Amino acid sequence: MQTISARLLERKWLFLALIIILLILPFFISDFRTNLLGRYIAFAILVIGLDLLWGYTGVLSLGHGIFFGLGAYIMAMHLSMESMTGAVPDFMTWNGITELPWFWAIFSNAISAIIGAIMVPMIIASILSFFIFRNRIRDVYFTILTQALVLVTTTLIVSQQSFTGGTNGITGFSTIFGYSLSSPATQKGLYYISVGSLIVVFLICSILVNSRFGKTLIAIRDGENRLRFSGYDTSMFKVLIFSLSAGIAGLAGMLFVMQVGIISPTMIGIIPSIEMILWVAIGGRGTLIGPVIGAILTNSAKTFFSESYPDFWLYFLGLVFVIIVIFLPGGLMSLVDKVKRRGGKHEKKRKEGTERKETNHSAVG
Amino acid sequence: MIIQAFNGVSLGSILLLIALGLAITFGLMKVINMAHGELIMIGAYTTYVVQVIFAQYLPATMFDMYYFLAIPIAFVVAALIGMLIEFTVIRHLYGRPLDSLLATFGVGLILQQTARSIFGAPNVGVQSPGFLRGGLEVMGVTLPYIRLFIIGLVVVSFLLLAWFLYKTRNGRKIRAVMQNREMAQCLGVSSRKVDLITFAIGSGFAGIAGAALTLIGPIGPTIGTYYIVDAFMVVVVGGVGMLIGTVAGALGIGIFNTVFEYWTNASMGKVLVFALIILFLQWRPSGMFSLQSRSLD
Repeated sequence: MQTISARLLERKWLFLALIIILLILPFFISDFRTNLLGRYIAFAILVIGLDLLWGYTGVLSLGHGIFFGLGAYIMAMHLSMESMTGAVPDFMTWNGITELPWFWAIFSNAISAIIGAIMVPMIIASILSFFIFRNRIRDVYFTILTQALVLVTTTLIVSQQSFTGGTNGITGFSTIFGYSLSSPATQKGLYYISVGSLIVVFLICSILVNSRFGKTLIAIRDGENRLRFSGYDTSMFKVLIFSLSAGIAGLAGMLFVMQVGIISPTMIGIIPSIEMILWVAIGGRGTLIGPVIGAILTNSAKTFFSESYPDFWLYFLGLVFVIIVIFLPGGLMSLVDKVKRRGGKHEKKRKEGTERKETNHSAVG
Repeated sequence: MIIQAFNGVSLGSILLLIALGLAITFGLMKVINMAHGELIMIGAYTTYVVQVIFAQYLPATMFDMYYFLAIPIAFVVAALIGMLIEFTVIRHLYGRPLDSLLATFGVGLILQQTARSIFGAPNVGVQSPGFLRGGLEVMGVTLPYIRLFIIGLVVVSFLLLAWFLYKTRNGRKIRAVMQNREMAQCLGVSSRKVDLITFAIGSGFAGIAGAALTLIGPIGPTIGTYYIVDAFMVVVVGGVGMLIGTVAGALGIGIFNTVFEYWTNASMGKVLVFALIILFLQWRPSGMFSLQSRSLD
């Protein structure tokens, strides 16, 4: 028992260190880099939700780009309504639409947009997952269905050009809640709001996974049938956690679009959705802090590589996928654990660690 | 009406050709091979290369024959690359389907980028052989020869595969290993070898699918990703482990897709098909046909 709490403590320290770095970094780097970092923090929020789902519950979703996208699109709709000069945003005028459709109009209020960006993904996720999990459709099929959801939704967004901006997406925002989006002060404010959201989401989720509820999630991952035979309704747990992580993805999407100023179908499609999974895998699934670090590091590396060697990036990404899955299923966090073990004083912990890993594999299969 | 039915069957046949390989790797081996789309791309580019070689080195009268050579070559090339993937990556991941999904996605990215650096990012066109131009007149509608040829190709591929799996010694070994690995090993079947061969065959069928896709339109490095999700849906709907299910799934999705697209439009058609699949899985969670088993996974 003590070793577990000791490890938790260490992870908490790691998170604290990360937050301090994120808080003071803007004083040392340019506004442009701060804005980039802000985007990565939005991704970091997203992967916490994904980690709850995949790392703790063992359900792999390749559809989180869509929930991220729903949050982002709803906020983008609000921002472009705030910025428009006429009755409708410019791209609608080009498509011959003169009146705001109802699903735009309801988000013209800032508060309804924020609530919508989080609630709409949750509602859609819970409906979809209810119908899938209710029948005990196995995880592999669930994963394929989420991927199909991505394909269907992006096709729909592209085809409904007059309402969604089509392939170009929605862009051209000038103000947010009355503040100018181009001013460095607003951008810095958004950055700190993102860091704040990261802290809140992280704390809520770590309380969650350390509670009885969290233990149930881990039990679902490691032996769902046994849990079902003990009288738990595992489907409802999975529906709940899936919609929670979708809500977190929506929040992340909202923060993302505020800082990037554009959202388009290519940003939420099949490849970005899988990349999100990679961030979790790189950091270390089932650790919460690992994926956060994974998301920030991978995206920084991506920016660096695509600035210097754009062709090389896809090779690199592909290789990382293969290497992480085969050689380092525990991600970077398992490296941290390995280094600690070299110290030699955690004999007990090693046993525990390997045991956990083994059950992990059998659960995935 | 006839033309709708024909289009549905035609789309279904293309889906089936792509899903046949998946039915083997996913249905039998439980490996989610996301690189399947890239194996299709390899088959397509192999056809392209064969065509270029024929156009350059052989007399023009023989040009039309290239396609008959391209199909087996596409099969062999894709199967060899499939073997390589199995040997280097998938071998380590049996029993971990979600991990195999991620690793093969990485392999797919590498293959895509390789194709891009060899053949360039823009699409290339393959000239279909002369005897496939034109169409057959049936009751006032024209059925293109290309579509008919693909349907024929699918039927031949399916029969070959079914014959191989159910009538030959090696096919029996494959089914034995997939149904009960330990018992098959005890009876002297080399399961490693069987895994390698099974995966190679699944990949080879992807190669044939790629060769067929060159007849429909231009090919590019991302041609595979366009079809791969639909093909997975075919296997999910059809049921795992039974070839007949894959046929039913492919034809079902193909026909419903065409009908819905006819009623609404291309994107709404896709949405409706997706909704229909979810509803269908409420009724039959394990697909249309599935092996009955009492084991709890």
